[in-house]
Amino acid sequence: MSGGAARRSTLPGFGLTMGLTLTWLSVIILIPLAGLFLRTFELSLDQFWDILTSRRTLNALKISFGLAFAAASVNLVMGMIIVWALVRYRFPGRRLFDAIVDIPFALPTAVAGVALTSLFAQKGWLGAPLAELGIKVAFTPVGIFVAMIFIGIPFVVRTVQPVLIDLDVEIEEAAASLGANRWHTVTKVILPSLIPALLTGFALAFARAVGEYGSVIFIAGNLPNVSEIAPLLIVIRLSEFRYADATAIAVVMLVASFLIIFAVNRIQRWAQTRIPAH
Amino acid sequence: MIEVKNILKKFGAFAALDGVDLKVDSGELLALLGPSGSGKTTLLRIIAGLDWPDAGEVLFDGESALAHGANERQVGFVFQHYALFRHMTVFENVAFGLRVQPRTVRKSEARIRARVKELLDLVQLDWLSNRYPSQLSGGQRQRIALARALAIEPRILLLDEPFGALDAKVRKELRQWLRSLHSEIHVTSIFVTHDQEEALEVANRVVVMDKGRIEQIGTPGEVYDHPATAFVHGFIGESIVLPVDISDGCVRLGGKALNIAANGAASGASKLFVRRHDMQIGPAGSGALDGAVQRVRSFGPIQRAEIALSAGECATVIEIDAPRDRELQTGDIIGLQPRRYRIFAGQD
Amino acid sequence: MNAPQFASSSARDDLRTEPILVRVVIIAMAVIFLTVFVVLPLVVVFAQAFSKGVGAYFTALSDPEALSAIRLTLMVAAISVGLNLVFGLVAAWAIAKFDFRGKTFLISLIDLPFSVSPVISGLVFVLLFGAQGYWGPWLQGHDVHVLFAVPGIALATIFVTFPFVARALIPLMQEQGTQEEEAAISLGASGLQTFFRVTLPNIKWGVLYGVLLCNARAMGEFGAVSVVSGHIRGETNTMPLLVEILYNEYQFVSSFAIASLLAMLALITLVAKTILERHLDEGQFPRD
Repeated sequence: MSGGAARRSTLPGFGLTMGLTLTWLSVIILIPLAGLFLRTFELSLDQFWDILTSRRTLNALKISFGLAFAAASVNLVMGMIIVWALVRYRFPGRRLFDAIVDIPFALPTAVAGVALTSLFAQKGWLGAPLAELGIKVAFTPVGIFVAMIFIGIPFVVRTVQPVLIDLDVEIEEAAASLGANRWHTVTKVILPSLIPALLTGFALAFARAVGEYGSVIFIAGNLPNVSEIAPLLIVIRLSEFRYADATAIAVVMLVASFLIIFAVNRIQRWAQTRIPAH
Repeated sequence: MIEVKNILKKFGAFAALDGVDLKVDSGELLALLGPSGSGKTTLLRIIAGLDWPDAGEVLFDGESALAHGANERQVGFVFQHYALFRHMTVFENVAFGLRVQPRTVRKSEARIRARVKELLDLVQLDWLSNRYPSQLSGGQRQRIALARALAIEPRILLLDEPFGALDAKVRKELRQWLRSLHSEIHVTSIFVTHDQEEALEVANRVVVMDKGRIEQIGTPGEVYDHPATAFVHGFIGESIVLPVDISDGCVRLGGKALNIAANGAASGASKLFVRRHDMQIGPAGSGALDGAVQRVRSFGPIQRAEIALSAGECATVIEIDAPRDRELQTGDIIGLQPRRYRIFAGQD
Repeated sequence: MNAPQFASSSARDDLRTEPILVRVVIIAMAVIFLTVFVVLPLVVVFAQAFSKGVGAYFTALSDPEALSAIRLTLMVAAISVGLNLVFGLVAAWAIAKFDFRGKTFLISLIDLPFSVSPVISGLVFVLLFGAQGYWGPWLQGHDVHVLFAVPGIALATIFVTFPFVARALIPLMQEQGTQEEEAAISLGASGLQTFFRVTLPNIKWGVLYGVLLCNARAMGEFGAVSVVSGHIRGETNTMPLLVEILYNEYQFVSSFAIASLLAMLALITLVAKTILERHLDEGQFPRD
């Protein structure tokens, strides 16, 4: 057999593994997602619009997105404080607190849901003192807000942590030697270099909070138009066999998540052009 | 006997190998020498079966090797960065090739152990057999990689810049060692290097490559003393290169005629290649060129001088090596006569 | 980071740190926040589970419904982890050891389940297999039950845990390169021999890491499974679903008892994850 062999790879198995990968990917992911989009296209644009702009749907979306944004903002600020304390300072129990940051990520959402509800209920360990102050948390939108904060904690901290650890010591010393006081150094030199990581963490926390179900539905009142989150509305519509409504809301949420992920990638690429890789 | 015919290999629009023909005799130690991008590693990998040509043939003893993958060609490959199996001991590394053979041909475990010990003795590293690669020095790792490749009794041994990742002293030692190893075991071997000293010192024959083509094949002496092309002359050993013009059998530098024979060179723009130590110096006007000494440095028995040539409109500075018997001083005007030289046509 | 060490490093640190009052405030804020939002919820789970004594705790766990939920959770986790492990290995081999166009796109597709809300992950299967789904009528006609039965739960769980093993392996295998595999091939090994003898031992910590995370998510998944399960008591309730049901029925001790098992799983997962991360950081064996 003469030479000029066709494209062959050194390592064997490409055809087989690629084929299996694509098959499995299609079966588990692509076909189900295709089903979702096909169902969406069965609706006319008018129908789609009607579903989305119905009062209940709009409120559910407002609650989900609005509270998620607020919770992510809290996580942005608190996350920055936490990561600063963990990376920059030494205090007893630091390692332990560093480890527990991951708990909201690892804990099953239903467990988080019942735990937070128990904690913030009228007679709960935290709910009781808050009730004395006239603040009701459980079964109100505030409860949703609290649950969304809980699940977003790891995102900002873990995204910013490696960047802060790798920060060049000499930059701070340069700033100090040029006469900047500590406040200036932190706000004008260090924080700006953390902005891409902060934004990424914020976006991830936001995306997660928007779609969160298990942690939230226990502590939320689930009253339509008041404390009903969008994922819950999807579930309700499904149980009513109103598949079209459920699909429409789902598509809106999906598109929003993809936009957020896309924005995150853009931020990261922009950051890489501004700040050379370590 | 390995034969490579008209190999073509492209990466996108870039031709890594552009029509390469080569015959390797049994038992010889051949060097593929060239700068990065010359295609030498690509050629080696194609012979090994780790890469595939777009066109051309590779024959082992007359049979097409391209019909077989790397695991069927019985080639021993030594990688630049060793590629030792990091989770296996030295012993297990060397035994690997013997242990993965199909059951029908596989040797008994006892015979495998004996063979591994034999090989580790050959590379003088028997005492390391229970260590892991991360515990070895670079030179030791390379020798183990070699032992591992030899374990399968390859009909050809291929080494990809085997000493490239080592420091200078270790490199020199391993060079001698490879040479003596080869004279002991006589397996056909091809090694790739960009270090000409290495190629000239170690190999029986040298293949000089550039831009995917073979420029010259020959013994180290031939390649050094009788370079076939401008590239070879410039790549091997240090050369002085002067742009000259040939017309009517007359060699001109910067418009001024030089008193040297054109030796049948074709008319037109050409380049004159002279080795640094082939420039004879004498009093001003005694040679083909005149120049002013700008700087002199002494290195043991020779002096290295920077000379500013005065030849018509051409003002060039060259470096020559001369014996110390007549010490040069800065500012001296001397005459230069090329004793041995080559003229190559065209070029950029 | 590679600046010279001065004799008094504290002098160096002084330039780089805040006044002590500021430090105390920041640490206090961080500690209080984490205590309120993370430590307390965790403690509450166990406090409630044991609020009526140890006896009541174990009674709750040995309830037939609880046992059935535990069995179902374990089974679904085993299926998901098993299948996604094989998939992860296969996909990582294809992606890490070869060059081809569209690799980034493929990796993004694999990552998809991460960015999708759990409820939507369940929804897509209802749209396919539900009574009004695409294949619903066909399934009913053949008396095949996907939704409100174990297959549906398994499918939803496989979907949400899909990326874990692949994501752990792909960067690891890419970092390790192809040289050792090429060496093995040149020494005469077949593809399978190369994979099992050379590649697998090099990625074993990555495999464990991926399996660990995959399992934790599989056992704890709530939203997606809730949508497809139908909540049929004793049959299609996983542990997280049972927690919900018991809680809504005010059976707090039972609910939190099961929740405590899941919480312990989370803690064990975190500990194991930290240990494995240390192994992965070393790259298993230090390079030259």
